Amino acid sequence: MSADESTLRAEPVLRTRGLAMHYGQGAGLVHALEGVELEVANGETLAVMGPSGCGKSTLLHLLGGLERPSEGEVWVAGRRIDRLSEKALARLRRHAIGFVFQAFHLMDELTALENVELPALLAGHSPGAARRRASELLEQVGLNDRAGHLPSALSGGQRQRVAIARALSNEPLVVLADEPTGNLDSAATLDVLRLLDSLRAAGQSLLIVTHDERIAATADRLITMRDGAFVEETRLTRGTTGSLGDLVGLER
Amino acid sequence: MGRALLVGRLAARDLRRRPGEALLLLLAIAAATTVLTLGLVLHGVLDKPFERTRAATAGPDVAAAGAFSDATKVRALTGAAGVVAHSGPYPVVAAVLEANGHTVVAQTEGRDTAKAAVDQPKPTKGGWVRPGGVVLEAAFAEALGVGPGDRVVMKPLDARGAPGQPPSTRARGPGRSFRVAGVAVTAAAPPYPEAACLANLCQGDADTGLVWLTRADALALAPDKHDVLSVLNLKLADPAAALAFAAHRNPPRNGPAPTSASDPPTILQPWQEIRDGSANIVRNQRRALLTGAWLLALLAVASVAVLVGGRMADQIRRVGLLKAVGGTPALVAAVLLAEYLVVALVAAATGLAVGWLTAPLLTDASAGLLGSAGARTVTLSTAAIVTAVALAVAVAATLVPAIRASRTSTVLALADAARPPRRSGRLIAISARLPVALLRGLRVAARRPRRVVLAIASIAITVSGIVAALSAHADLASGANDARAHQLNQVLLVITITLVALAAVNAIFVSWATALDTKHSSALSRALGATPQQVSVGLSAAQVLPALAGAILGIPGGIALIGIVDPDKTTMPPLWQLVAVVPATVIVVAALTAIPARSGARRPVAEILQSELA
Repeated sequence: MSADESTLRAEPVLRTRGLAMHYGQGAGLVHALEGVELEVANGETLAVMGPSGCGKSTLLHLLGGLERPSEGEVWVAGRRIDRLSEKALARLRRHAIGFVFQAFHLMDELTALENVELPALLAGHSPGAARRRASELLEQVGLNDRAGHLPSALSGGQRQRVAIARALSNEPLVVLADEPTGNLDSAATLDVLRLLDSLRAAGQSLLIVTHDERIAATADRLITMRDGAFVEETRLTRGTTGSLGDLVGLER
Repeated sequence: MGRALLVGRLAARDLRRRPGEALLLLLAIAAATTVLTLGLVLHGVLDKPFERTRAATAGPDVAAAGAFSDATKVRALTGAAGVVAHSGPYPVVAAVLEANGHTVVAQTEGRDTAKAAVDQPKPTKGGWVRPGGVVLEAAFAEALGVGPGDRVVMKPLDARGAPGQPPSTRARGPGRSFRVAGVAVTAAAPPYPEAACLANLCQGDADTGLVWLTRADALALAPDKHDVLSVLNLKLADPAAALAFAAHRNPPRNGPAPTSASDPPTILQPWQEIRDGSANIVRNQRRALLTGAWLLALLAVASVAVLVGGRMADQIRRVGLLKAVGGTPALVAAVLLAEYLVVALVAAATGLAVGWLTAPLLTDASAGLLGSAGARTVTLSTAAIVTAVALAVAVAATLVPAIRASRTSTVLALADAARPPRRSGRLIAISARLPVALLRGLRVAARRPRRVVLAIASIAITVSGIVAALSAHADLASGANDARAHQLNQVLLVITITLVALAAVNAIFVSWATALDTKHSSALSRALGATPQQVSVGLSAAQVLPALAGAILGIPGGIALIGIVDPDKTTMPPLWQLVAVVPATVIVVAALTAIPARSGARRPVAEILQSELA
């Protein structure tokens, strides 16, 4: 690891100061986020919970540079990103951030393997290197036998595992997951939970927005949101989790 | 009845909701129907005026040209079986005419001031010849911009100058000024700019105009009185027999050359040949217009198909709503079809009206015939053909997307799930080796092969038109048959400008539809690290690659088109122009698609990705 990378790892991977997001104007003004202060340490798994419309997804989009805040600052690995150009934000996402979406957002016309190698190709890696990395990741998520299948031929859980593999393609500093099990049944949810747990164990920083308490229970820290603001923060004791399946009450 | 009302109401509302798109559709189809109307209206436009002129001027059934100084030659023709009347022989002298800054070769015919029994040109302005007063053939006078009261200068023509040399270098002496006594029409020669030669006496001089003056004035223009040829006009008992009469007496086409220059053979020209010569100018224009109309109709199909395809992507939720409230697939298809059929009908009416009104602009050349301007008529069959083509364009372009939309799953449609893209494994593999922008461009293009085919066809058709127009321009530049080439060039220019305008609209449509269709994958690419520029260039590349293929295909297409429009043409555009058309097309398409591609690449990522959950 280079000195620069060591410095990056020492910084909180995510930090916000007075973050606010407003939509509309006048009587129609909506405060989606207001005064959010947040830090996510390197290697930490943070869960954000709250009712629909409380601003969870907006927070995720601001942290990933998909939207610009109305007020406040967003820092990723010690670099302020809320004033960056679109081009610079794209480069940041390419190398520092991996997204996992509730709706998977896989490219329908690409196979699982082609979907996973896409970020590496966008980052300018050679086709061979991108393909090798994608194969490794698919093996990691247990889908190497489905590499040549189109998303339409995969189950929901398999699609989400492909999406997680894709998010890891460029070894991001942090993975931002938006309701990663929101569209999955119990068995598929357990698969995804196991995968996220293995990522956490490997030291991958994670921020997971979820409705699901069972997912939240696997995190290091839980933040509860309401009406665009943080209302509660709980530090969880992962030593008590034991078997993940027992904790979340899921059976194979 | 209720269903029809519902279909009409929904179609009308949707058209009103998107007036801009409806207008573009209307213009695309109306361009094709206008040109088609022009082509059909010009069909036979000169037949009736020629007949009227022939009747009004006692046009000859056969015009004979030769050396008629020997009275036996005259008697041999005027006394031939079937000849019931004659006039002449009249002396014909080639001269150089200067008027209004123009210097042209004219064929002057010496006439009597009294009326002739056969071929008495009918003045449409002013009067008949008198000493010092000349009468110009009507189309010739119009081209020169002269009328009764104006002055023209006539100079003897140096017979040693070769035809094709500039007329100004072939004049001898200061010449003589004449007052224009009148402007007249005749059925003894085709109107200017078709070489208005009496009995083919022009001897290779293209664009020769016809001037009548008194016998004495005409003979005064001849450098050598012994070489003057004459024209003899014959009326037959059976005009239909003119062809056989002339063929029987004309020397064989491939026969031996005349043994003596002082005794040239007598050439007979039947009235049918003169009539065909009169229609010659408009024939090429008509051929160009009809070919152009079909090209425009094909381009209109591409335009409408692209527009409809793009709108379908935008309307998928509306289709879902219609089906959710009980609309059958047939009703959904009917609503979608009805919109475009209404537009097609309006476009047909527009095309018929504009074509009818603008036809006289293309028949100016026939001002040398009586009543040509009033000859344009939109017959029932013309209206039916134009309407059928307009409807066919709309149906051909709309049917497949309408049926596809009507068969879309209601649930998927309500979720606004985009039509699944096509997959081309080979292209995806190849694109992985390309820079990010080209990777995106190739993959975006491969998602919708039908759209790529439409884009290629659109550009190929347009480039074909451009190549044909360049050919006409090259013909004009070479000086070959100036006036005819100029008129054909104008027609082709109008068609080409229309083609280019439609193709430009097409390119923007395709780019816009692609940006709309790929908004999800573009947003996702950006979420995964593609920059807006990479996405934008990728969208542009998806248009530029088919444009390149279309431009290359358009070159041989254009060369084939030249052969169809004017089979006699031998002038090809310079090679550098043909080569330059390809990069120029690609640059123009890249510029046209830049704005839709740029806006498509800058849509809010989070909003698009979230919309799938809505």
